[in-house]
Amino acid sequence: MTELTLGKALGAGLRQAMRDDDKVVLLGEDIGRLGGVFRITDGLLDEFGAARVIDTPLAESGIVGMAVGLAFRGYRPVVEIQFDGFVYPAFDQIVAQVAKLHYRTQGRVKMPITIRIPWAGGIGAAEHHSESPEAYFVHTAGLRVVAVSNPADAYRSLRQAIASDDPVIFFEPKRLYHHKGDVELEAPLADAPPMGLARVVRPGTDVTLIAYGAMVSTALEAAEAAEDDGVSLEVIDLRSLSPVDYDSVAASVRKTGRVVVAHEASREAGVAAEVIASITERCFEYLEAAPLRVTGHDVPYPPAKLEKYHLPDLDRLLDAVDRVLDRPNSLTGVEA
Amino acid sequence: MSPQITPIADTAQDLELSERILAPDGSRIPNPRLDAFVADVDAAQLRALHRDMVILRRIDAEGVALQRQGQLGLWAPCQGQEATQIGTARALAPQDYVFPSYRETGVIYARGAQPGDYVRMWRGEEGAGHDPATLRVAPLQIIIGAQTLHAVGYALGIRHEATDEVAVTYFGDGATSQGDVNEAMIFASSYQAPVVFVCQNNHWAISEPVSLQSQYPIAGRAPGFGIPSLRVDGNDVLACLAAMRWALDHARSGKGPAYIEAVTYRMGPHTTADDPKRYRDEAELESWRRRDPIERLEAHLRAAGQLDEHQLAETQAAADDVAKAMRAACLGMVTRPPLAVFDGVYAEPHTGLDRQREDYAAYLATFEAEA
Repeated sequence: MTELTLGKALGAGLRQAMRDDDKVVLLGEDIGRLGGVFRITDGLLDEFGAARVIDTPLAESGIVGMAVGLAFRGYRPVVEIQFDGFVYPAFDQIVAQVAKLHYRTQGRVKMPITIRIPWAGGIGAAEHHSESPEAYFVHTAGLRVVAVSNPADAYRSLRQAIASDDPVIFFEPKRLYHHKGDVELEAPLADAPPMGLARVVRPGTDVTLIAYGAMVSTALEAAEAAEDDGVSLEVIDLRSLSPVDYDSVAASVRKTGRVVVAHEASREAGVAAEVIASITERCFEYLEAAPLRVTGHDVPYPPAKLEKYHLPDLDRLLDAVDRVLDRPNSLTGVEA
Repeated sequence: MSPQITPIADTAQDLELSERILAPDGSRIPNPRLDAFVADVDAAQLRALHRDMVILRRIDAEGVALQRQGQLGLWAPCQGQEATQIGTARALAPQDYVFPSYRETGVIYARGAQPGDYVRMWRGEEGAGHDPATLRVAPLQIIIGAQTLHAVGYALGIRHEATDEVAVTYFGDGATSQGDVNEAMIFASSYQAPVVFVCQNNHWAISEPVSLQSQYPIAGRAPGFGIPSLRVDGNDVLACLAAMRWALDHARSGKGPAYIEAVTYRMGPHTTADDPKRYRDEAELESWRRRDPIERLEAHLRAAGQLDEHQLAETQAAADDVAKAMRAACLGMVTRPPLAVFDGVYAEPHTGLDRQREDYAAYLATFEAEA
């Protein structure tokens, strides 16, 4: 076991993937000499050279389009998008090319591309630097979407994403880049749980609280606070947003009968909506209350001084827990 | 001399500003820049180019006919662009890899497409018409200009491996307005990638004339990216062959990307869903009929006594045979079973999609139970 920050774990994952397979090449703005704006690729240029750690011109569609061409040539490109809000210029290349070429050619062209996106808010960043665009990609057939929440998962999932023959959108919660955790650097990838598997982070019996990315930390805080209040929350980290591991989710819901889903992204047609719809289809008869969402508001990501009113926090999660438990809450009014 | 760069008067029509080897009447004119690249081309090879163009025109006509008869959902005609497509594609080496747009019927023909390959996508049977690995041609691209970046990425891979392959991408004049095409030129230049850009300036992006998109000859843009370019008469198959050999030599010998603008004309509609009468002047079409690429080479060969009626008839018969095989392949296609709609989305199992497939299979099975 080695204690690493989430950022360092990602760097270690890239290094290991590049050592394992010389077809793995990295592309992105500032990833070479600078080591990336978050330093995730720090040191990789020195070890692997400029042919495999490719500094690019500042053009996101160009970067992803180049990755498509490299994939045609048999490479496994790993793209770094500098910030979440900068992925939109590459949207066409991702949804119309990366996602579709395997289907169009019935598997004759593979797109084993990993698109890393430093993601979501909570760091007081400038405009376009705190977006949560995951629903766009979850809605796109042909892509896999992964969101990590801790260093161990980051290290393992990134290597799995790179090794996958499918394209993977890989969300890295930048709020957690400096969070530390134990990572098993030497553990064989073959022994790891599959990339799409959800994880019960904290077992509980009263309510299933589903989150992913940085919201997992908030969910765990909520679980601790709820315990003080005599309520047992089961926290599930989805880890994969496409596919979602509904077997694990449903097993938890059948146990608790109550569900809250939390994410930073805005609400309408979001991941939580999809998860709740699927839960309702699968285990309606087990539900004791209508499942609830706690999400960002349907507003453009607000300026930094206001983001704390946008991001779901401990209290908003607990309020939703109270609502599914039919305890006094923001709808019914707090008991005096 | 003024350092200012100024647009020329008529970017679209002034063919005197493009490279030529065959004049519109078929006579050969000296071209100091290009002649050396086609010095080896003899009468037999010229006849082969002529035959290719005649077959391509016949394939194209059959495509239009099949669409009109309801056998294809859509067809994108290339009539008038035979010299550009055949001339450039016949310069390719087997190991080169092509990233085409949807109109490059002649390019996939020259790369060895099978009769069904021309229609499979347009008929709606599969997302792509041919096997990319066999032809070394990427699937036809409908998103305008997206494929140019793929060619540059592929070429970057070639460069890393230091082989003598070249990536080639085809696109239209309309595509040069796209960000992707400009980004592709920047990236190609940044990495000195062995890639050749072939812009088929066919004058119309559906109803928008090239003059709306370009206030400067399109080939003139490439040097601004650090990429050498040639503006070539796209209805002169010899000039297209020569220009492409120049561009491929340049890229193959490690000198980086090269760019060709072939000035040609789309005689028919943009696609079979388009009506060019709404936006295009009949007189313009007529003036381009007089520059027909096939007639030009035919006139050249006849004047040299290298093409007789018997050979012409034989070529036409060969073209009819290809069209017949294409029609048979089209009408003989068997649509895959319903569950095939799920095939090939992912390379590895995806539990969400697998469940949808199971649900749909169960639903379909209810009809079998009824029967």
